[in-house]
Amino acid sequence: MTTTVPRPPGRRTVRDRLFRLAETVTTPLLPEDYLDLIAPLRSGAALRGRILDVRPETRDAATLTIRPGRGWRGHTPGQYVRLGVDVDGVRQWRAYSLTSAPGRSDGLISVTVKAIPDGRVSNHLVRRARPGTLVQLDQAQGDFVAPVPAPERVLFVTAGSGITPVMGMLRAGAPATADVVLVHSAPTPDDVIFAAELRGLAARGAIRLVERHTDTDGVLGVAELADLVPDHLDRQTWACGPVGLLDAVEAHWAANGAADRLHTERFRPTVISPGAGGDVTFTRAGVTVRADGGTALLDAGEDAGVLMPSGCRMGICFGCVVPLRQGAVRDLRNGEITTAVPGDNVLIQTCVSAAAGTCDIDL
Amino acid sequence: MTAIQKKAHNPIAHLTAADIDALGRELDAIRDRVLASRGEADAAYIRKVIAIQRRLELGSRAVLLFSLFPPAWLVGTAGLAVAKILENMEIGHNVLHGQYDFMRDPKIHSTTWEWDHVSPAAQWKHSHNQLHHTYTNVLGKDNDLGYGIMRVDEDQPWHPIHLGQPLWNLINACFFEYGIAAYDLELGRNLRKGRHKAPEFRARARAVGRKIRRQFLKDYIIHPLLSGPSFLSTLAATFTANLIRNLWSHSVIMCGHFPEGVETFEKTSIEGETRGEWYLRQMLGSANISGSRLTHIMTGNLSFQIEHHLFPDLPSCRYQEVAPEVRALFAKYGLTYTTGALPKQVASAWWKVIRLSLPSRATPAPPPAGGQVRTDALATSSV
Repeated sequence: MTTTVPRPPGRRTVRDRLFRLAETVTTPLLPEDYLDLIAPLRSGAALRGRILDVRPETRDAATLTIRPGRGWRGHTPGQYVRLGVDVDGVRQWRAYSLTSAPGRSDGLISVTVKAIPDGRVSNHLVRRARPGTLVQLDQAQGDFVAPVPAPERVLFVTAGSGITPVMGMLRAGAPATADVVLVHSAPTPDDVIFAAELRGLAARGAIRLVERHTDTDGVLGVAELADLVPDHLDRQTWACGPVGLLDAVEAHWAANGAADRLHTERFRPTVISPGAGGDVTFTRAGVTVRADGGTALLDAGEDAGVLMPSGCRMGICFGCVVPLRQGAVRDLRNGEITTAVPGDNVLIQTCVSAAAGTCDIDL
Repeated sequence: MTAIQKKAHNPIAHLTAADIDALGRELDAIRDRVLASRGEADAAYIRKVIAIQRRLELGSRAVLLFSLFPPAWLVGTAGLAVAKILENMEIGHNVLHGQYDFMRDPKIHSTTWEWDHVSPAAQWKHSHNQLHHTYTNVLGKDNDLGYGIMRVDEDQPWHPIHLGQPLWNLINACFFEYGIAAYDLELGRNLRKGRHKAPEFRARARAVGRKIRRQFLKDYIIHPLLSGPSFLSTLAATFTANLIRNLWSHSVIMCGHFPEGVETFEKTSIEGETRGEWYLRQMLGSANISGSRLTHIMTGNLSFQIEHHLFPDLPSCRYQEVAPEVRALFAKYGLTYTTGALPKQVASAWWKVIRLSLPSRATPAPPPAGGQVRTDALATSSV
């Protein structure tokens, strides 16, 4: 779905001229900096959304209903959206599966978040997020989507919050005419996200639901699938859940020559465990050096011949700030750890930061 | 003042190297405590100030469209002056220091911010954040000492040209943003040394030229044109607002390092300087302004110049909170916390500019023979 309609050339020129005139008045700011004060969701603004509602699903999961900005281009069931959320005043980006059906008449979208232990963003969204809050958005992405036309026989294997992209597909009615089996695993019956809706779908005969509760039934093993869903290898299968489950599922499907019928989504963030020192790659210079935990990245880069921006070399002037693409660094002054995963684009001061693991620096 | 190393009564002679180290650790502890609690409230504060400033600026400019009507002129000019002061002092200066980089908001970040000032942010960050904040009050290193055009220390040699410096200072105050732009360009030095044809200097000069053009077009052409019949009165209004902003920021900045009681340092004294010694230099090289919450906001919290120089990257809204602890450390280590009300500090700074426009009565004693004078060695080498 796209909403970009080409404007008549005449109007566009007038509009552009008006914007250029507005820019001469608002310089050094842009007209959008003022417009953002009153209409942050307008068309043409950086993509944002406003949280309208936070509804608990289980004791540790909640669904956020969001009104996306006018620039939202919609999504395909199963896709995820990256959300930029200010937690304790610091913007953090995380990806969450869209659980709403696309193209709702009210234009709203929803994501369902499960609070993971020590998860800064997930706990904030589940327990502290309030209606009215603005969040930053990216366009929907991801290829964990149901094909069109729908296959005849479908199997979903999910665990925990792995149900969320599948719920997006089920709500979209995809695949409505197919024979759908959902094998879902959660610690207890109360921990099943969307339990009532899923059981309702099963009661209506829209899907066959196999619930596994690990507290009583133990962890779901792939070997059991043969009993639960005898024709599982013949079905187009979508699996989403913890790394252990996905590894086992992928190995099982591959071993049985059915890998082409399996689609998986790994949505847990890369776990970065900070240590002391590590390999530092200056991605644009194409240089990798081994830096110890006591050497500033600025020194490590300069020693390796990378042209590093620098200033006071004592952490006060912010003249050496560069993006950390991914990895972990430690502040040499107080030991504070900063981590980044691709897309975060965290800016760090190289003169007071040392490697705390493998790092990619955008230089 | 005279470089601290040459003073008869050296104010830090009683401190041992161990004392200075301990002082540094205590200041680090204050910094770490603020960092640990830095977060939502600080982010909300700067966003609120930015929102207020933008509404005030837009509102004032809208009112000025009718500036032919005298009350509109007064209200609009006052509002625009306040908006420009807020933008430069509490927002621009502090955001460009990286005080709010922790928010990871690309719209409020030292690497992306541009301010309502003729000096481009990038050039100002270099001369201010890097040179001035690193070499604070070091003679020959910190050009903020007299901006390279005035004599503000007895140790700077007197020259007849200094007779005119009260006048230079007044002109500089009126057109302060241009003074800053020239200063960030190191215009005087580059012209003197014939470096004005160097490609690096020319590129920077062009950037300043572009910035001046944009600022000028906005304030003196487009906005008056939009005012139609109020063209001339709006022109007068934006000029007045810029003048008020310039006089105000010049006064605040003079109060930071020029009043009596502020110390200066010799170039050799900072060789091999420890963290504690750097902190000590910042403590002695800066002066505060006492006043109300409004004073603090309108000075961009540079009324806490001492705290700002100790912790230039902490959010400005936290300086007031740490000031009592910092002041207690001054008392504990027997140091003088220089502060005073704005009129008193401005008068003190101006008096110094006037006094030093004349040659000094006595030449200061030379430093002790045969040795580097360093802050940590002063206990025994002061004269």
